Amino acid sequence: MKFGILINEGPYTHQATDSAYQFTKAALEKGHEIFRVFFYHDGVNNATKLTEPPQDDRNIVNLWSALAKEHNLDLVVCVAAALRRGIQEENLAEGFRISGLGQLIESGIQADRMITFGD
Amino acid sequence: MSEEASGVVKKFLYINRKAPYGTVYALESLEVVLIAAAFDQDVSLAFFDDGVYQIAKGMDTKAIGQKNFSPTYKALGDYDINKIYVSKESLDARGLSKDDLMDLKYEDEDDDWAEKDSIHIVNSEELADLMDSQDVILSF
Repeated sequence: MKFGILINEGPYTHQATDSAYQFTKAALEKGHEIFRVFFYHDGVNNATKLTEPPQDDRNIVNLWSALAKEHNLDLVVCVAAALRRGIQEENLAEGFRISGLGQLIESGIQADRMITFGD
Repeated sequence: MSEEASGVVKKFLYINRKAPYGTVYALESLEVVLIAAAFDQDVSLAFFDDGVYQIAKGMDTKAIGQKNFSPTYKALGDYDINKIYVSKESLDARGLSKDDLMDLKYEDEDDDWAEKDSIHIVNSEELADLMDSQDVILSF
């Protein structure tokens, strides 16, 4: 099955992005396709390379970057939501790209199932 | 619309459950809906829980120092977004009625451009049927 993923919350405050990561990883391992992961609202905060959690905690941003590299995932950050929150090309983590909301709609059209992670 | 669209036409439902101010969800949901209008998809909006306040009339945001974005909902009809469903239970629970909501209308091109109401007040059962009939549901 082809999934579209939408992440609406930032890292650490909410578990949403952790759950989305675990879902995406599990789906890929089962042989499903992830059409795109779209980051919206505070979800754009998952895309900054300035993130530096304590060493004994998971680094969610790096986890996404690594998964993207391994599976050629399309990680898209909404430009309007990103600019509001200080996320720009210069602090964008590896594997993410900034684009428009049209990418979210396209994901809904192309994917068999659209799954939202957020509050 | 479907004849002209080059690709697939899916039924998209945007659910709005949060108050217009206090969090950014309502404003950023509206931004998605406006973009969605350009994609020739079958778009519906539903407002329930505190989301019904998003389309309440007489909004004045001066005191909180934020932009009042509620006039934008009135433009939805011009974007061919004219299926707006509002939960009767959510209105009742808040002491609101249709009269407290903005007058959201559209011009029906299949009916000599007659002006019609975009808002439909529905009960929980009808909302459930509506959700059941959709391809993609985005809840903000």
